[in-house]
Amino acid sequence: MTDIVNWVNVGPVANIPLQGARTFQTETDRIAIFRTLDDQVYALLDRCPHKDGPLAQGIVHGHFVTCPLHNMVFSLETGEAQGPDDGCAAKVELRVIDGTVHIGLTAEQIGLRHAG
Amino acid sequence: MNHVPAALTKKPRLVVIGNGMAGMRTVEEILGRAPDKYEITVFGAEPRVNYNRIMLSPLLSGEKEFDDIVINTAEWYQENRIHLFSGDPVIEIDRTRKVVISKSGTETAYDQLLLATGSDPIMIPVPGHKLSGVVTFRDVDDVDTMLKTAANGGPAVVIGGGLLGLEAAVGLQARGMSVTVLHLAGHVMERQLDPSAGYLLAQELGRRGINVITEADTAEIVGTDCVTGVRLKDGRMIPADLVVMAVGIRPNGRLAADAGLTVERGIVVDDVMTTSDPDIFAVGECVQHRGQCYGLVAPLFEMAKSCADHLAEIATDGYAGSVTSTKLKVTGVDVFSAGDFSGGGETEEIVFRDAGRGVYKRIVLEDGRIKGAVLYGDTSDGGWYFQLMKDAQDVTELRDTLAFGQAFAGGSAGNPLDAVAALPDDAEICGCNGICKGTIVSAITEKGLTTLDEVKGHTKASASCGSCSGLVENLLAATLGGDYQAAAVKPICTCTDHDHDNVRRLIKAKELKSMPAVMQELEWKSSDGCHVCRPALNYYLLAAWPGEYVDHGASRFINERVHANIQKDGTYSVVPRMWGGLTNPRELRAIADVADKFDIPTVKVTGGQRIDLLGVKKEDLPAVWADLNAAGMVSGHAYGKSLRTVKSCVGQEWCRFGTQMSMSMAVDLEKMTWGSWMPHKFKMAVSGCPRNCAEATIKDFGVVATDGGWDLHVGGNGGIHVRATELLCKVTTDQEVKEYCGAFIQLYREEARYLERTAPWIERVGLKHVQERVVDDAKNRAALFERFMESQKTAQVDPWAERASQGVDAHEFKSLSLIAAE
Ligand code: SRM
Ligand SMILES: Cc1cc2nc3c(=O)[nH]c(=O)nc-3n(C[C@H](O)[C@H](O)[C@H](O)COP(=O)(O)OP(=O)(O)OC[C@H]3O[C@@H](n4cnc5c(N)ncnc54)[C@H](O)[C@@H]3O)c2cc1C
Ligand code: SF4
Ligand code: FES
Repeated sequence: MTDIVNWVNVGPVANIPLQGARTFQTETDRIAIFRTLDDQVYALLDRCPHKDGPLAQGIVHGHFVTCPLHNMVFSLETGEAQGPDDGCAAKVELRVIDGTVHIGLTAEQIGLRHAG
Repeated sequence: MNHVPAALTKKPRLVVIGNGMAGMRTVEEILGRAPDKYEITVFGAEPRVNYNRIMLSPLLSGEKEFDDIVINTAEWYQENRIHLFSGDPVIEIDRTRKVVISKSGTETAYDQLLLATGSDPIMIPVPGHKLSGVVTFRDVDDVDTMLKTAANGGPAVVIGGGLLGLEAAVGLQARGMSVTVLHLAGHVMERQLDPSAGYLLAQELGRRGINVITEADTAEIVGTDCVTGVRLKDGRMIPADLVVMAVGIRPNGRLAADAGLTVERGIVVDDVMTTSDPDIFAVGECVQHRGQCYGLVAPLFEMAKSCADHLAEIATDGYAGSVTSTKLKVTGVDVFSAGDFSGGGETEEIVFRDAGRGVYKRIVLEDGRIKGAVLYGDTSDGGWYFQLMKDAQDVTELRDTLAFGQAFAGGSAGNPLDAVAALPDDAEICGCNGICKGTIVSAITEKGLTTLDEVKGHTKASASCGSCSGLVENLLAATLGGDYQAAAVKPICTCTDHDHDNVRRLIKAKELKSMPAVMQELEWKSSDGCHVCRPALNYYLLAAWPGEYVDHGASRFINERVHANIQKDGTYSVVPRMWGGLTNPRELRAIADVADKFDIPTVKVTGGQRIDLLGVKKEDLPAVWADLNAAGMVSGHAYGKSLRTVKSCVGQEWCRFGTQMSMSMAVDLEKMTWGSWMPHKFKMAVSGCPRNCAEATIKDFGVVATDGGWDLHVGGNGGIHVRATELLCKVTTDQEVKEYCGAFIQLYREEARYLERTAPWIERVGLKHVQERVVDDAKNRAALFERFMESQKTAQVDPWAERASQGVDAHEFKSLSLIAAE
């Protein structure tokens, strides 16, 4: 896991639809933030390891999401592909504080370059 | 000004503000530890002795009297030499002088002060909330007000379908009022129950005659002096002589805050219940301990112990916070929930459903330990799970049988057999022939039938489309027991043992009208299905209950959710409808303008006779649609399991060979059928003569003009397996084309399995089956057509317009933005 350098507040949990997702654009990539029926919130990079499918557009069921392009199923908890498929979607650190979602971004994601 | 004389003895003076459950429990605990340590004075805002607040519900329903719920009588206060000032609230704490001042003007000095002021019920400040007849549900006075109104019967509205609201509703119902519960969330008690248990509870309340309206947002309480009704934001009016507001509580920390103590959500205390002033303590609902506020009695009692230990100067571990469980106190309804049943982290869930007994259990495990549980219908093991959970006991060994409870009742989770066994005798099994369960079962027993074919022969059940054959086989198995070996069913997915046909028929037979209803009654094995079953269920529900079932966006594939086709790079394509393949300069100009304005990289003529705009960014979709809408264009549903295109040739309008007006027929058919959701995509074409330039004979419904009329073709398919149509029949009038078309589509909508196009469907059921229903039986054709047109009434809403100008699903098209960097 890359070091998290910055927690950013992306707003209330309630802004994310149940069994759905919203995205957040960083300097380098897009993050998919999911909310499950039992009101848990998870974040993955919005890029399927198979062919870059936008995971935020998939169907959310249990603690899983199905990629909209070719139906691979990923665990929202670990990012691991389920069943016979191999692959792992990149997990993004997330915490919920007082009903608001905070995600942990790397230096590159917030637009900082590593010195040297 | 009154002055309570300083104590004659040297005992330290303990003053308690709040004569409620937590305050008095703490006093009892102190007396138990050190009976003579303090001189105790209690102030209570309520003009009565200490009583059991949680018993207000049975007091309301008539199951208890006030005397039954008193905890400490007046004699008890005397015997323990406690000065009680009831009906005299404290209005100020003067910390420098260490005195409290009450409303009557009494000043009382303290050495130690205990705050136990409970919480205030929340009153939503909608217009009319101050009218007479609007009450909260917190104390005996509230119950008295309710009982006065209830004495005249009449309608009551309870705002809030949580624990308290439902207990109020049941109580008022028992007192003879007709009660409606308005609840903002999607299901009742959403904080304690998941949607499945919420569904069962709402069913039970419905059976008792309590009307529950979910997603009900109150706009106004109506009345001149007294309340007469409640108006919802969607315009509905619900009459009411009484409105009970039960939407939640707020810790009462006013006095403490005025006195300068640290108060956040509640009065902040440490583990021995000390506030930010070392001489002032707080217990009960008014406190905030380790960030938590509580609204149940169990935590208060634990707080009382720690506080008493401390005040009695006994060594104590202090209060470490509580894990809570809830039960609904409604006679005959068993609901239990505990812990964090929402799952999360690395959790797994065990779901057990027994639709016959109305039982639902969901246990959430993490690291082999119980993290939370929701039980409905059978809560006998609630205490056991709760204990296992509090003890953080490893239940890995028990995992397989955990759902059956402590006694391990045995038996397996429900299956399709139980589902048919539980159906009433008048449940319709065979929709084609209108045969009920009772008829089939008596034929099996009376005539000694043992095979599906015999049942078909004797009852006609499953003799037509065959979609109920699974159900009939289950009936055979249920009736004959082990003697019958039913053919294996192919379940929709791993979430269920039912196949598509079973689910469809059971949705109708059991009148299941929501996703949680289907999942509970048919004993789904996961809590919210998966990407395979959810879209299918959404379609089946939509088709079964047009106008009634509310489409569930989260259960649709992305294309149907955002009404555009997702492309390989995550952009979308936009295909506006071109009725019958016709367009005009105005539309073409609008398309060209939109392509320029939004930098759309590709504009292509499709194989469906219209224009595709490819590579549109998701966030631009609403604006693109708005521009297209402005030029009169609507969604072409190029993304949907729905009517796609109606291709046409130029026909008699222009062509030298044309025998009928194929363009206008195509436009009419498309106008009639657009917007309809189907098991799979559905394509049509109309050719003006048998040369068939519109390729009508590889369409789901193809119309080919002849000299005297029209040939109607069905079941064609281009695509992977090309299949030419079969001739359904020949008709003469334009009106007939439309009626046959609508009837055919409706039959397909009602009978085919989700993701089955007309070609494989007709191969499965046979053309004859379709002809019998659509051609030979005029009455049935008319009925099918009528059902189709009925469902079209609510289907023909342009989804683009809803999103472009009415803000539907706005969240889909906008990314989250940064609130603040920390
Ligand atoms: C755009 C278009 C190709 C074109 O540029 O011409 C097209 C594009 C796609 N077709 Fe098609 N089909 C298009 C006409 C056809 C036709 C010709 C027709 O309709 O007359 C056929 C054969 C006729 C038929 O359906 O029987 C056709 C047979 C298929 C099939 C195979 C269906 C089958 O039953 O075997 C699929 C796959 C599927 O649906 O599962 C498919 C699936 C697709 C999808 C939706 C693939 C996907 O899931 O993303 C493509 C979407 C592209 C997009 O995002 O716009 N498309 N597709 C045509 C859109 C017509 C329209 O205006 O709506
Ligand atoms: C209808 C109903 C049903 C319930 N059912 C359950 C249940 O089934 N299970 C469960 O665990 N919990 C239940 N509860 C919740 C439970 O009753 C409360 O958690 C509990 O009573 C809280 O105790 P408390 O002492 O903190 O507050 P309270 O019992 O409310 O006591 C606070 C007292 O302080 C008084 N007061 C406030 N300010 C002042 C002041 N300035 N001066 C003097 N006095 C003041 C108030 O008048 C009140 O009498 C129910 C509550 C209600 C209303
Ligand atoms: S033929 Fe294949 S590649 Fe071409 S549009 Fe249809 S599905 Fe896509
Ligand atoms: S891109 Fe996600 S499954 Fe192919």
